[in-house]
Amino acid sequence: MSTALNSDRSAILKQNRASRSERLLRAMRTPGGAVFILLIGLLAAIIVLNPSFGEPSSFIRFVGRTAPIAIAAIGQYFVIVGGEFDLSMGSVVTMQVIVAGNLIGQDDSKVIPVLVLMLVLGAFIGLVNGLITTLLQVPSFIVTLGMMLALLGLVLYWTGGAAQGNPADSFRQIGRGGIRDVPVLDIIPYPVLILTALAVAAFILMRRPFGRMLIAVGDNPAAAALAGSRVWWVRTRAFMISSLSATVAGILLVGYAGVHPSVGRGYEFTAITAVVLGGVVLGGGRGWVLSAAAGAFALESLFTLLNFMGVPATWRDTVQGAIIIIAVAAASQSWQRKRKGASSAAHDEQHQLAAAPPPAEGTEQGGERV
Amino acid sequence: MRNNSVRAIALAAALPLVALTACTTTDPSVTETTGAGTGSPAASSPASQDWFDQALYDTQNQQRSATFEGDPEQPYLQYIAGAMTDTSKFAAQGPQKVCFANASISNPWRQTGWITMNQQLKALQGSGVISEMETRDAKDNDNTQIADIDYFIAEGNCGAFVISPNSTAALTQAVERACQTGKPVVVFDRGVETKCATTFIHPIGGFAWGIDTATFLSEKLQSGDKVVALRILPGVDVLEHRWAAAKKIFEEKGIQATDYFTGADPTEIKKIISDELATGDVKGVWMDAGDGAVAALEAFEDAGKPLPVMTGEDEMSFLAKWKQTGIDAMAPVYSNFQWRTPLLALEKIFKGEQIPAEWVLPQEPILVDELDEWLQRNEGMPGGHYAKFGGEDLDGYPEVWQQRQIP
Repeated sequence: MSTALNSDRSAILKQNRASRSERLLRAMRTPGGAVFILLIGLLAAIIVLNPSFGEPSSFIRFVGRTAPIAIAAIGQYFVIVGGEFDLSMGSVVTMQVIVAGNLIGQDDSKVIPVLVLMLVLGAFIGLVNGLITTLLQVPSFIVTLGMMLALLGLVLYWTGGAAQGNPADSFRQIGRGGIRDVPVLDIIPYPVLILTALAVAAFILMRRPFGRMLIAVGDNPAAAALAGSRVWWVRTRAFMISSLSATVAGILLVGYAGVHPSVGRGYEFTAITAVVLGGVVLGGGRGWVLSAAAGAFALESLFTLLNFMGVPATWRDTVQGAIIIIAVAAASQSWQRKRKGASSAAHDEQHQLAAAPPPAEGTEQGGERV
Repeated sequence: MRNNSVRAIALAAALPLVALTACTTTDPSVTETTGAGTGSPAASSPASQDWFDQALYDTQNQQRSATFEGDPEQPYLQYIAGAMTDTSKFAAQGPQKVCFANASISNPWRQTGWITMNQQLKALQGSGVISEMETRDAKDNDNTQIADIDYFIAEGNCGAFVISPNSTAALTQAVERACQTGKPVVVFDRGVETKCATTFIHPIGGFAWGIDTATFLSEKLQSGDKVVALRILPGVDVLEHRWAAAKKIFEEKGIQATDYFTGADPTEIKKIISDELATGDVKGVWMDAGDGAVAALEAFEDAGKPLPVMTGEDEMSFLAKWKQTGIDAMAPVYSNFQWRTPLLALEKIFKGEQIPAEWVLPQEPILVDELDEWLQRNEGMPGGHYAKFGGEDLDGYPEVWQQRQIP
């Protein structure tokens, strides 16, 4: 009994003193890490099916065109890890696309003012979502669903549901252009640069007090409130980040695709799928921001793979639905086991400590718990 | 260890699901060519065989070269000689109220037509033919449109019905109910499965479109070349007919055509083309409607690939892009001026004049030698405008169309 326990404890100790590579390996076994392996597997499968996809210049273009959905997934991550949902994301994208198309027109001088206006608008929508959710205590599912419909109605009213003219080319360059004549890659699309910058910013933000607090709020809002964090303001900021990221995605999509009321349709669910696929737990408190972005890439790679395999696009929704269910099931199973495993080990330890006189080497082992 | 086993189980559960989707879904594209109806669940995606109608194909093929009665300067009043309807029983004194059940204005083609129709309405109100037109927009929903028509029958106090059906089968009974009121019923654009309407107004049709476009592409391309077919949505007869005819011709000429549904979403279109370009050369692009044509061409530009031979539509954005890039292209036309005709038909009906029972309007594609002329005639029009809108003689031209004042 006690020898078994000893080996258990030394295992915990070993875990925490493990080398960097071992820790990386362990991280890869969590749902948030597994998505990277899935992504690599999918990309490998695509390249096997179609070697030209692996050429640097076509691969970087793939990254570029996936950037908007990855950015949306990063934004959605903040809301989900904080324990809420943002269903208004797709409509925000659509609205921003229409705003850009209608307000900029062919006038280059309006690009900057309208860009600023769009960001302000995005932040404002997030603020409204956040304040209604937190201060009026309306479930975010309902608030953002309402916001989604309200914005969609506005777009329909504004456009009648049909395409408008594209805005000036200088504006579209943000989503369509890139740094040309780069060796090997041929082109670095601006969306790739923007995605990289935002991913780094998000990564840093999650390591700052705001990020820590957001995870605490998502895990247990009551405890976080008792510990002194302003839950409403933390969550509201998460909603603002989400709407702003939808705005950026919209700006990139105007460039990439052009103005059409169907741009952004279903974006909220694609983003949520990506986040879930990245191993982030619905309900909040667990998950890594970069895994959410990786989830977006995995999802798009999967669609590309299905496309190359000749699967009609009509099946895409089915695949997406299956993924949501499987990913959530796998993630919750995995996190639960981990939690159970960790806590039961801890309980055993305490049991042992309380029941029997501590063994001589117990002090140094007991102190190092996760 | 437990973590691993759970994940293994989840993955094991996921794999067959994905594999299953992959297996069953690769079927339709294969079975489609050999003949649908093996009863596999994959048959849910409508096989174009269902829509192919040899008799209609032959009729429309002939109508492409038919002579049209009437003044070519007023194509919206031209028709192919055939059975006429006697409307003397509908002759009416004074201005009449018209009730219009519209499928939607959710695409630029319908919006352009809707603008033209309203300007035509103003003209007929001015001449004392029509007192007012009450319009209900079904927003692409069959149920809404059926309810709209029933509302008109019950409380609309309508002197005449104009119906632009949302879909063919679903609206048939509602149109029949409208016919039973004894008031004139004018159906236009998409058809219904009843001949009770006073007149059914439409351009030649989808098969003619498919024949024009697929013949053009197969003349410009070689056997074995790849064509990507971008389709908006399944299940609408005018669109399905376009593809059914084109598919038949592509198969006969050995052109490899792959079709996709895009929902007219430019993001989708660009992704589809990029993926296709990554798999191999794409020589041609076929579209069942021009919405999104520019995005398709941009995908070639962005990938740095030679531009394809292409068929779009007479939408200004496509015509401008065609001119600017100098690609080898043609613009099939689903005559937008047909939106004027229902109201002009009512004018004749209220006078008791004979009108064609099936009013087939001209449908002439724009070829490269006419491109400049159509661009010039529509100078200053927005991208979503349709070159053959046929409203040049109406009040408000060109400002109303230029500013796209949607009523």
